[in-house]
Amino acid sequence: MEYQAGEYDIVVVGAGHAGCEAALAAARLGCRTVVFAINLDSIANMPCNPSIGGTAKGHLVREIDALGGEMGKCADKTFIQSKMLNSAKGPAVFSLRAQIDRRKYQIEMKNTLEKQENLDVKQAEITELLIEDRKKVLGVKTHTGAVYKCRAVILATGTYLKGRIIIGDVSYSGGPDGLFPANRLSDSLRENGIELYRFKTGTPARINKRSIDFSKTEEQPGDDRIVPFSFETEQIEKEQVSCWLTHTNEETHRIIRENLHRSPLYSGDIKGVGPRYCPSIEDKVVRFADRESHQVFIEPMGLETQEMYLQGMSTSLPEDVQIKMMRTLPGLENVSVMRSAYAIEYDCINPTQLKLSLEAKSIDGLFFAGQINGSSGYEEAAAQGLMAGINAAMKIMGREPLVLDRSEAYIGVLVDDLITKGTEEPYRMMTSRAEYRLLLRQDNADLRLTPIGHRIGLISEERYKRFENKKNKIALEIERLEKTVVPPTEEVNRFLEARNSSPIKSGVKLKELLRRPEITYEDLAQIDRDRPELSFAEAEQVSISIKYEGYIQRQLLQVEQFKKLEGRKLPKDLDYSKVDGLSSEAKQKLNKIKPDSVGQASRISGVSPSDISVLLVYLEQSRRGGNR
Amino acid sequence: MYMEDTIAAISTPQGTGGIGIVRISGEKAFAIAGKVFRGKKPFEQLKSHTVSLGKIIDPQSGAMVDEVLLSKMVKPHTYTREDIVEINCHGGTAVIRKILELVIKEGARLAEPGEFTKRAFLNGRIDLSQAEAVIDLINSKTKESSRAAAAQLEGKLSRKLKAARDRLIELIAHMEVTFDYPEHDIEEVTGREVYRETKEIKETLCELARGFEKGRILREGLNAVIVGRPNVGKSSLLNELSGKNRAIVTDIPGTTRDVIEEYIDMNGIPVRIVDTAGIRETSDVVEKIGVERTQKEINEADLVIMMVDAAEGIKEEDWAILQTVRDKKLVVLINKVDLAEQRVIGEIEEKLAGYGPIRTSIKEEKGLDQLENAITRLFVKGEINPNSEVLVTNVRHKSLMDDAVRSLSEAMASYEAGMPLDCIAIDIKNAAESLGQITGESVSEDVMHRIFSRFCVGK
Repeated sequence: MEYQAGEYDIVVVGAGHAGCEAALAAARLGCRTVVFAINLDSIANMPCNPSIGGTAKGHLVREIDALGGEMGKCADKTFIQSKMLNSAKGPAVFSLRAQIDRRKYQIEMKNTLEKQENLDVKQAEITELLIEDRKKVLGVKTHTGAVYKCRAVILATGTYLKGRIIIGDVSYSGGPDGLFPANRLSDSLRENGIELYRFKTGTPARINKRSIDFSKTEEQPGDDRIVPFSFETEQIEKEQVSCWLTHTNEETHRIIRENLHRSPLYSGDIKGVGPRYCPSIEDKVVRFADRESHQVFIEPMGLETQEMYLQGMSTSLPEDVQIKMMRTLPGLENVSVMRSAYAIEYDCINPTQLKLSLEAKSIDGLFFAGQINGSSGYEEAAAQGLMAGINAAMKIMGREPLVLDRSEAYIGVLVDDLITKGTEEPYRMMTSRAEYRLLLRQDNADLRLTPIGHRIGLISEERYKRFENKKNKIALEIERLEKTVVPPTEEVNRFLEARNSSPIKSGVKLKELLRRPEITYEDLAQIDRDRPELSFAEAEQVSISIKYEGYIQRQLLQVEQFKKLEGRKLPKDLDYSKVDGLSSEAKQKLNKIKPDSVGQASRISGVSPSDISVLLVYLEQSRRGGNR
Repeated sequence: MYMEDTIAAISTPQGTGGIGIVRISGEKAFAIAGKVFRGKKPFEQLKSHTVSLGKIIDPQSGAMVDEVLLSKMVKPHTYTREDIVEINCHGGTAVIRKILELVIKEGARLAEPGEFTKRAFLNGRIDLSQAEAVIDLINSKTKESSRAAAAQLEGKLSRKLKAARDRLIELIAHMEVTFDYPEHDIEEVTGREVYRETKEIKETLCELARGFEKGRILREGLNAVIVGRPNVGKSSLLNELSGKNRAIVTDIPGTTRDVIEEYIDMNGIPVRIVDTAGIRETSDVVEKIGVERTQKEINEADLVIMMVDAAEGIKEEDWAILQTVRDKKLVVLINKVDLAEQRVIGEIEEKLAGYGPIRTSIKEEKGLDQLENAITRLFVKGEINPNSEVLVTNVRHKSLMDDAVRSLSEAMASYEAGMPLDCIAIDIKNAAESLGQITGESVSEDVMHRIFSRFCVGK
């Protein structure tokens, strides 16, 4: 029986990483919000690896935090190992990654949602969208017939839509981690004119720690110095646990090759498109046949569980083959499997149907975030969730949507890539996707985005004051280093020589000395005794700004050029088929994507530089009133 | 191509005409012109919409390139409504090209097809009714130039360029996978490896860019200089060649230049022949040969035609002249064979055996065909055969290649200065972007594809 169950400003469907950020952002911005999950014990679940961050993903978490999101804070509270990756390769690619206690993270996030003012948390499957004339969101309906009216819906359904689990020759309808799938919402989307894709992803087995012989594996401890994800977390001291490394071998590969015919990927049973960057072990063995060995990390799932995650062994081979191949790995000879590896197929949408605000172009008030947009990864999902939550709230409040561009944030790159270029495989963030990588560092995410978070309303006055204080301290210190001249004393030259740095003959600015690659800011303290006291993060900012100033300036110039075309806005209702001079491919693509700006148009594949010239001429024509 | 930077182009029709205009438009137009122009007054003091006489010099070497008339036009009353400089030069295609190259080197960008007109329109200079014409212009010019560019990219250049770009993409992919997949058992690329590879790719590109010079010859013709003692028949040869062949431009006995030049079409190759006679007949040749201008002509020549007098035999002056031109592509003529005995001619031939001399008699029109064949052989079948050699004939390609080389040099300098790999990657990507603009390929997609096909990454 259908019944009227309530009314909200915003309904969030799904409480994974996207749904949680969306719900929190919307509620914190003052909208009456409800978030639905098929099972409330699955809130903020990590159905794949128990870790957050890593290259580019760590950047996303920092950005989410800088804007006022939750992921970084929750990770800081619940991680069990922390590492700064790439520390030798340069500041643009320093990447923070943490192993997370999966259950603790879920409980922490669930409690955060529960305590949030303006937010209701409910267990239900949403089976239908209530949409007027395929144009405007009115509400949602649950499987039990409850109807919730609302002004905006955010769909963050992850891998649940028509989820199908595949383990070798066995397959069944199911969601991730043994949860129920959502089998009906896809049809509601299709009925409302939304184009769907079918993607696939997979996860390796979980095994019992007691069955592992760690003496045959290599220990991988965390870093001594812990850098928190959140700019608000001061310092963290905690006992860390290790991961462990083992390797596949010829025997493993032989077993895989002999059983390939039983893999649904090779038999053609899996139709969904899987990610190239996340191949299954059988994929690796087939495609990189000359490799004698692949590494496998054994990662703890938490402190209060013996479950361990086998990173590197994702597979859709049958269970018996999985066990056989795992047992060839040193340390896993007697492995006891707790959860088998599986592949999952699911429905997602073609993300080019969305605006840069993540709202559907064709349906007013319908927002999408996370894996349903063809992305993969917790961090990618959370970033979109935050943006969708903010933009749904902006819409309710009648304010302009927040769109970050490619020069402002990885979040901007992520959203622009999905919406402008679309994706043919689950999309993963990588640092190489960002053109202005040296500007979009994880260390300066707050400098880039906290003012925006404050303007939006997700950063409290108190936090903003602290932020401004930090910013000022950094600016003052850079100024001081620029002004302070070091005399060529014996002490200074001894200091320099001890670091294989050429001695100075006349006075040199501290800034010039800091530019030398062999001199760190910390080192300089020896000959710079009157320096102010800075936190680690502040000192790091000063050091990076000075050491890489030349490159930073160059990227800033590139950004200036980039912004010029981003600033040329295109009318939303423009019918490109009526613009003379555009190639027919450009007309078709432009009409589909409906870009916001000439800059966005230039990134659509099939739109050539001469098409862009034509658009500029067209805009000028319109400005002078030459068009209808 | 739609950025608001400063653009430049030759705005007279391309061809063999001797007079041409280089137009510069944009914010930096005056700054750039100020660097290459030397007039009576400093450039800043020139009034708008006036024409001034002066010289174009190469700011690096200080050498004079041409005497020109320069028009300075302050915005907004200009064709594009931006600051415009027009340089009116009369030095022939090669000189115009040289001036354009200088202007680009000083910071202008080569204009895209139809770009002046596009800017004129976008800045409100051109009437709205002409918008369609502007669009047509953009499209037709783009098609035209892309057709030309495509034709240019056929064959070996394309292959070599693509091979170089491919190595760059491979290098970037290796760097990116090193950044984006730490802790994977891929072989991480080291700074030293990046440096070595960058250096090799840069050398390959430099070599390709050198091919540009050869390409230029086929496109714009080659510079030939006739040298020899007085009265050896240089002027007659020039007259004979220009008379026999279709003279493209009549001689320009300029007030500022003491050379006489002719443009002729020799078996399909445009040749600019310079007779150095004018300055030399007045005094001793050996002494005069050191004169700057003659030396300059010889230095810039692609080919030297050296003439000796069969009747007078080889003199010390001849050897001295030969000495100054021996590094050049050289054709030696033994002229006036109608006036000399066979025995004497034979002796001369023996002495010049290493130069494969040709017997000529301009008066009796003997040996001219052999001369032409020798020249064509030297350039077409020889070292610059377009079928076997890599040619870069497009200035746009050349300047993009130069950009790539510059970026790679910066990458190397950064490595030497101890910068981390992520910074160096910026330069290497810029180099790949520049080359991609020639081949029309996008770097980021190629890199992404390469990462996944080449490296075993994943969870």
